Formats: sequence, structure tokens, C-alpha cells
Amino acid sequence: MKRLWRTLFAVSLTLVSAGCTRKPGPASARKPTGFGAALVESSGGKQIGATGMVLAQPLVVQVNDEQGTAVSGALVEFSGPAGASFDPPSGLTDSSGQLSTNVALGGMAGRYQLIARTSAKTQKTVELKIEEIALGYQQQLGYQLDNKYCARCHNPESSPERVSNYDNLEVKPHPFTEGDTLNKMSDAELTSIISHGGPALNKSALMPPYGYTLSKTEIEALIAYIRLISDPPYHASGMVYAQK
Amino acid sequence: MQSLKNTFSSLWQTLFGHPVRAFGAVSLLFLISLAIAPAKNYFSEWRHYQNRYLALVRGRGDAVTLQRHFHEHDGIQQIWLPTLGVVDRCTTCHAGLKEASLADVGTQPFRQHPVIPHTLDQFGCVMCHRGQGPATTVEEAHRSTAAWEQPILPARYVQSSCGQCHRAPLTGTPQLNLGRNLLGRYGCVHCHTIKLPDGSAIKPTDVPPSLSHVADKSTREWVYAWLKDPQAYAVTATMPNFKLSDPDARDISAFLIANSTPIAGDTAPVAPGAKNQKPPDPTAGASLYGESFCASCHAVQNAAGNVVGGDVGPELTRVGSKVKPEWLRAWLRNPRVYDSQTLMPHYRLTDPQVSLLTAFLGNKTDSDLLANVHLDAATPEQVAHGKLLVTEYGCASCHEISGIKKPDNFAPELTRIGSKPLTQIIFLPGMTHAIPDYIAAKIREPRSFGSALKMPQFSLAPAQVDALTTALLSLTDRAHDLPLALTVPSKPPSNYQPAGKAGQLMADLTCFSCHAINGRGSDMAPDLTWEGSSVQRPWLQAFLKNPGTLRPALIRRMPRFNLSDDDAKELTDYIMAVYQTPAFDRDSMPSSGYPPAQVEQGKQLFYSKYACQSCHIVDTKVDKGYVGPTLTQVGSRLTAAWIYHWLKDPQAMRPGAIEPNRNMNDEDARALTAFLMTQKGSNKQEAKK
Ligand code: HEC
Repeated sequence: MKRLWRTLFAVSLTLVSAGCTRKPGPASARKPTGFGAALVESSGGKQIGATGMVLAQPLVVQVNDEQGTAVSGALVEFSGPAGASFDPPSGLTDSSGQLSTNVALGGMAGRYQLIARTSAKTQKTVELKIEEIALGYQQQLGYQLDNKYCARCHNPESSPERVSNYDNLEVKPHPFTEGDTLNKMSDAELTSIISHGGPALNKSALMPPYGYTLSKTEIEALIAYIRLISDPPYHASGMVYAQK
Repeated sequence: MQSLKNTFSSLWQTLFGHPVRAFGAVSLLFLISLAIAPAKNYFSEWRHYQNRYLALVRGRGDAVTLQRHFHEHDGIQQIWLPTLGVVDRCTTCHAGLKEASLADVGTQPFRQHPVIPHTLDQFGCVMCHRGQGPATTVEEAHRSTAAWEQPILPARYVQSSCGQCHRAPLTGTPQLNLGRNLLGRYGCVHCHTIKLPDGSAIKPTDVPPSLSHVADKSTREWVYAWLKDPQAYAVTATMPNFKLSDPDARDISAFLIANSTPIAGDTAPVAPGAKNQKPPDPTAGASLYGESFCASCHAVQNAAGNVVGGDVGPELTRVGSKVKPEWLRAWLRNPRVYDSQTLMPHYRLTDPQVSLLTAFLGNKTDSDLLANVHLDAATPEQVAHGKLLVTEYGCASCHEISGIKKPDNFAPELTRIGSKPLTQIIFLPGMTHAIPDYIAAKIREPRSFGSALKMPQFSLAPAQVDALTTALLSLTDRAHDLPLALTVPSKPPSNYQPAGKAGQLMADLTCFSCHAINGRGSDMAPDLTWEGSSVQRPWLQAFLKNPGTLRPALIRRMPRFNLSDDDAKELTDYIMAVYQTPAFDRDSMPSSGYPPAQVEQGKQLFYSKYACQSCHIVDTKVDKGYVGPTLTQVGSRLTAAWIYHWLKDPQAMRPGAIEPNRNMNDEDARALTAFLMTQKGSNKQEAKK
């Protein structure tokens, strides 16, 4: 009788533990076959995404050797501050020396510094820093308002879907990423020009007033967005998340 | 064993051997047990966090304010909202959530809460973040335990919480909006019923074609290739991959072709004489395709692999490999013969135009697609087996197939999927035991839960999987059980139907595929609900006959339908008579005869005070604005009353208009109206071109 219980217990224990074991990471299963000397970003850096969400474009990095030729089979590992996740978190570079990963940023709005690492022939690790921006609820709202109302004039980039009006303006507005100019303006000044138009700050009337179209909350959202995406960063735009 | 017994009895002797000692020992024990509760309190996890918070605050410039806020409510904090069923103690440890001045603090649990449209006191925490509100330990509050099922919702799905109360799309929840849209667009709800709290059900918005007449349209080889891999034919295809074996695909294609019945007039054989004629000019076909603005609705993959064009109709990259030329001719002539419900307008194309387009589209082939498809003539057994498979896979959930009934509740209902008890879920090994992970995995790779499962493999990008998961996670018990008064309903769908002959014409031209009227239709093109108050009759009639370009910057434009004079007049009469705003009388202001001084004043205002030229063009020589419509002939297009009221409040005339409200006074609005009404279009031929 006792033995029966013991076997039952053992069986259930193995069952439970089998159910709980986690899949081993793909990286641990695969050994690098190539080693590079440098790590470069191919695409997917400096994206603007939303907190917690997968960035629109995958992050693609490339491993090169001393001569700058692509190295395939090199192990690349991604890491980032708490909250950021990578799918896959590591892997071997493909035949063109590249590895692509889908990045999800953490739950708080801010700039996220991500790191890609690969080990060089000399056992030294080579690092590449990549920055991405996560918009929170407020900045996301600002982003959408920008898209709807402002980008036509403030963003010089044209697409077939949205032809830019930037080149048609006699006085050129600044793209909202232009920190050198916009960081010098206070929140009060931004609120003033957005609400009352260019003449409020002795600027051109080509900048229309939005105070009767947008609510106070919406204007605050626009400013929060402008502050977060500015380059160089706006000093008080909140947190930069980097790995400890 | 013996020595243990000895030690114990000697200990007993020491403590209780003498009555006085016994009394002392008992009181000591008593005291200790009394102290347990306060000690537990003192050493509790939450007190530890509160002490850390106070330590963090101490060195700051605003310490006094922060300390005062903290000490106003000591001990365990609680947000109690009986109507919402919220009892949240999260603020016990998350002490700085409401402190705007803590924006620079990055350590949890002390961060300030990011700006959102709701306050903590109104909604608490678990409404949005899930987790266990009443718990007072980190473990119990955030993770699921034996007693509690509800872990914290990962940030990537947090918009699902908005969807519990908000049924209509919100500007701030693009992911949720996308997910809800995809539930309809990918046809999830053909098979899975999803009832909404108001009792209605989510409706599919894809339009899977009827397969009852498929042999008129396509070959069996194409059907086979499509069944095997829909995305090999068109990367944007929403039809999922059923991972059929070769024999199963062979048999299903055999059944569908055998089951198909012809429709009279849905094929138009090439006229006998036409065969000997010169093949139509391919560039002429391409330009007719462009002029007809087919790309507003249909996409084509270009050499770089980018899919360019609209997504209202199917992608046409390889359409020549799919459809039979004689079917295509008849379809282009009048698509309504084959499919009376199609979203495609009935262009009144001439025969030469039909030939041009048929040849142009017929050339869009892909030799690889059907290269390896070799099917022998179908046997009756294959056809019978195909029919069985069609029933088993539930093809008729989406497609009309004659002789096969649409199955009811083919797949599990998802009405409350967001609160599905974990005990009812079989997780895969290695999967986090939480509902979001389960839903996402099911969407991403349904057959990983069992190769015999029927749910097919969809082609979705990671962001689309997340969006769908978000939309499904919003379907919680809370969403359904919340008093309806506390939810924000969406507008009920409109089934507005224009009347009479004009109504038939509008159905034939599928105006609603692009325009909205009285709440029905698409937002691709302007809302026409008040079009009759907005435009002048002669302009409208001419425009319907030959649409010019109002906004040079747009790639989607009104196509030319080759309307007859009678049809154009019929539509014009109807629009002018029926689509009027109650806000004003369109004839209340004259269309010309404004005093020159007022016109001049309007011109000044246009260029200086309001700087309208930043977005609009009135003088093509100097103005360049490219955001709003060109106004060179606005005086013969719009009514003066419409212009005046638009200037006063654009959003009142068209909700969501991007032209800013300038809070214009009456005098300025009148002067600008006077100026704009003089813009009668020096180049009248522009409309004729
Ligand atoms: C019609 C074109 C147009 C639109 C639309 C527009 N702006 Fe501008 N904006 C301008 C121009 C032109 C200037 C430059 C004025 C000057 O420097 O004299 C400007 C200037 C500004 C400035 C001052 C910094 C700078 O770039 O010189 C801010 C801030 C600004 N705009 C915000 C906004 C916001 C926010 C929106 C959307 C709600 C918006 N603008 C929409 C044309 C536009």
C-alpha cells in the first residue's frame, strides 16, 4: 500500500515538474560558428513606438570582421533595461551576417537604451548601443494629433499617402525632432504658439492657431510628445532607461 | 532517541518544575504570542516599502509636502469603489503615484503614474492593470497564485482595459482599435461568435466571395494553388492557410469546381473578329488603370516587394493567373452581374476600355504559381471526399457554397474570453500560465496546440497578433457585467438606404465604398451628408460627369464612371434635394455681387491675418499651399452660406475636419466669403480636362 502511494506521488511529481519546465533558450542550444570584430546596426534603431508594444520594424544588426565583411554564424545577444524584451533574445547571424529581432519596449514612456553583444575572436565582447523611444498614453495621443494636424507642415518627409507641405511654406517650421530649437522654448511658449499661432511669439502667421480646435489636454499631449522625441533630448523629458 | 527524551524532560523540569517558574514561563509565552501580530505588522513587506519611500523622499526639496501627503493617510491604503467592484490597496506601496513632482524618480514602486485621462480615485488600479487589488504582498498582488487567478496585465496589452468600458474607437487606443478592426477584417467572427455587452455581435467586415460559381471565374489549378498557400498568390490575402495535404487540396478543388453552377452573363467571350486585331497597347491599359483610380482600392506588389494601393478590394499582383479572361471582361463591364453585393463600382466602361483593362490585368501573371500544379480529371470519389472536407473545415462559415449550410457556432464563442478561467485552459509546456499568453499563442500558431485542430494558420505580423490579443482581452466578465450606464457605447451601425432611382444608382456605383452618408459608409472620401448645402448645382452635375481634382496631393481620387447625362442629373437632383444641413439655408447668401471693398478686405485677411495660403491655393502663380483643396474655382463650387459657416466653425460642418477653428468674427468671415466667391475659376477648362 505504502509503495503504491509512493509511486503515485513520484508520478504526479514528474508530471507536475514536466508541466513546469521551461523551454531552454534557443541560444543555449546553438554554438556560434563565426566570430566578428564589429557590430553595426542595419535597421530598426531610433524608432518611435509605444510603451510595452512591439516596435513596427524589427531591429536588425550585422556582425562584421576586421575587413568589414559580414560574418555568418556569430552569436548575438540582445539586452535592455527592465521591461524591454526581444524575440528572439539571441541567435546566430544568417548568411548575410545579420540577425533580426522583434523588440518590445517597457511599460514606462521614455528613451530605451538597448545593447547588442557579440563575442569577438579574441574572446572580447563587442557591444552596440541602440536607442528607441517609447511613447506613453499622453505622448501617443500627441503623436496622433501631430499626424493629423501638424506633420503636413512640420515634417519635410513626403509620402504618396501624405505629401508634405513643408517646401511650400515661405517661412520654414522646425521638425519636432529638432531639439536645438525646440528645447530652448519653454512649455508656456509652446502652449502659446500652438494655441494662438505664430504671431503670439512674433512669428509668422503661417503657423495657425489651434486653441479653438484642440483642448488643453490635447495641447499638453502634443508638447509631451514633442519633448520626448526631441534630438538632442530635452533635459526634463523624463527618464532614460538603460541597463544597470 | 533516548537522549532526546532526556533533554526534553530536563527542559520541562527547568521551565515548569516549580509553580513560580511555571507561572513565569507561561506569562512569557503569552507575551510572545501577543507580540506576534504587531511584529508581523511592523516587519510586513508593505511597511518596508513605505519606509523606503519615506527615505527616498527625505532628501528632496519638496520633502515636506510629500511627507505631509503621505502621513495624511498612514498604514494600508485602499481605494474602494463599490459601483465598479474595486478594492485596491496598491497605493499602500505605490506611494508616489499621484505626486506630479516625482517625475524624475525611476525606481519602482515609487514612480509617478503617467498621465492618463482617468484619475486613480475614480477608477482604482485593477480596472486597467488587473492583478489582485486587496492583496498586501507583492507576490499576491502581481502574480497569479492558487487562490487568485489574475496576474498583472503586461503593458503591451493595457489598452484592452480601456475596451472594457469604451466600445467606440478612442484616439488614445490605436492598438485596441486595430485589434477590433482585425477581428472583422480577418473574419475571426465568421467562426467565433463574439457578443458585445449591449447584446449585439461583432460582424465580419471581410467579404469572402461566394464559391457557388467559382468555375466561371477561375480554373481548378488556381483553386488548388490558392488552397495550398493563399499568401503565395497574394501577400495581403486574409484567407488563412489550412495546411492541407496535396490529396485534400486536390479533392476540395475537385468538389468546388464540380459543385459550381454558371451564371448567365458573367462571362463575355472575346468577339471573333477581335482575335485578329492588334493586341491592345499595354501602356494605354496602365494609364486607364491609373485614370480609373483602381489603385484607390486595389494594391499591386511592385518590383521592390512593396504592396502599393488600397485594401478595399483584393490585391491584383497576379490576377492574370487567377481569373479567366472571359470572366474578367464581364466583370469589368458590370461586376454586379456576378456578385450583386460587391463593393466594386459599376464603371460604365466602353468595350475598347474593357479590352484594354482585361489585357492589362491579364498580363499580371506569375508563372511559378501554377507551374507545379498538375491535376488529373476529378473522380466522383474525390469530389465526394472534397465535399466532406469542405464540411469538416467549415469553409461555409465564410463562403457561400451551394448545397452546404453555413454551420452555426463552428468554433468556440469568445464573448468572455478575456476572463476565461485558467483551470479551463490547457497550456503548452513552457508557456506562462496567463490568459494573454494563451490567447496570443492561439492566434500566432493555432495548430501548435494540436495538429488535428481545425483553426487555420493566419498570416499576421507580431503587432497584429498583439492587437488581436488586446481586443480579445477586453472581453472580460467586468466588461459584460458593468452596468450599461457606466460604459461608453459606440454609435449603432447605420443601415441608411437612399431612396428611389438615385438610390439604385448609388448602389450600382457603390458610393458607400468611399463616402459616408448619414453614418453609413467609408471615410476614404468626404462625408456627403450635407453635400447639398455645400455645393452649387451646376458644379456638382459637371463634376459627376467628369471629376476634376480638388486636392492635387491626394492619391485617392474620385474616379470617372462615364455617367450618362440622365444619370448625372438624377444624382445631382437627389443630392441637392436631400443632403441638406438643418443649420442654415444654402441660398441665404448671394453667390456674387459683393462690394469690391469687402472683397479686397477679404483678400487682405486671406493673405495676412489668417495666412490661408499656407494650406490653400487661390492664385496658382504665387500660392503653394497643398494641405486643403485648391480654391481657384471655389466661387463656382461652394455656396456662400457654406463657406461662411465653414469659416466660423469647420468642425461643426464636418466633424474631425483638420482646418483649425479660427474663432473668426462675423465681419472677417463675411469679407473672406466675399473674396472667395470671386474665385470663379479663370481656368474653367480645368474641370473639363
Ligand atoms: C500650415 C502649416 C502649419 C501647420 C499645419 C502647423 N504649423 Fe506649426 N509652424 C508653421 C510655421 C510656418 C512655423 C514657423 C513660424 C516662424 O518661425 O515664424 C511654425 C512654428 C511652430 C512652432 C515653433 C517652433 C518652430 O517650428 O519654429 C511650434 C511649436 C509649432 N509650430 C507647433 C505646431 C503644432 C503643434 C501644430 C499642430 C497642431 C502645428 N504647428 C501645425 C506652420 C504650421
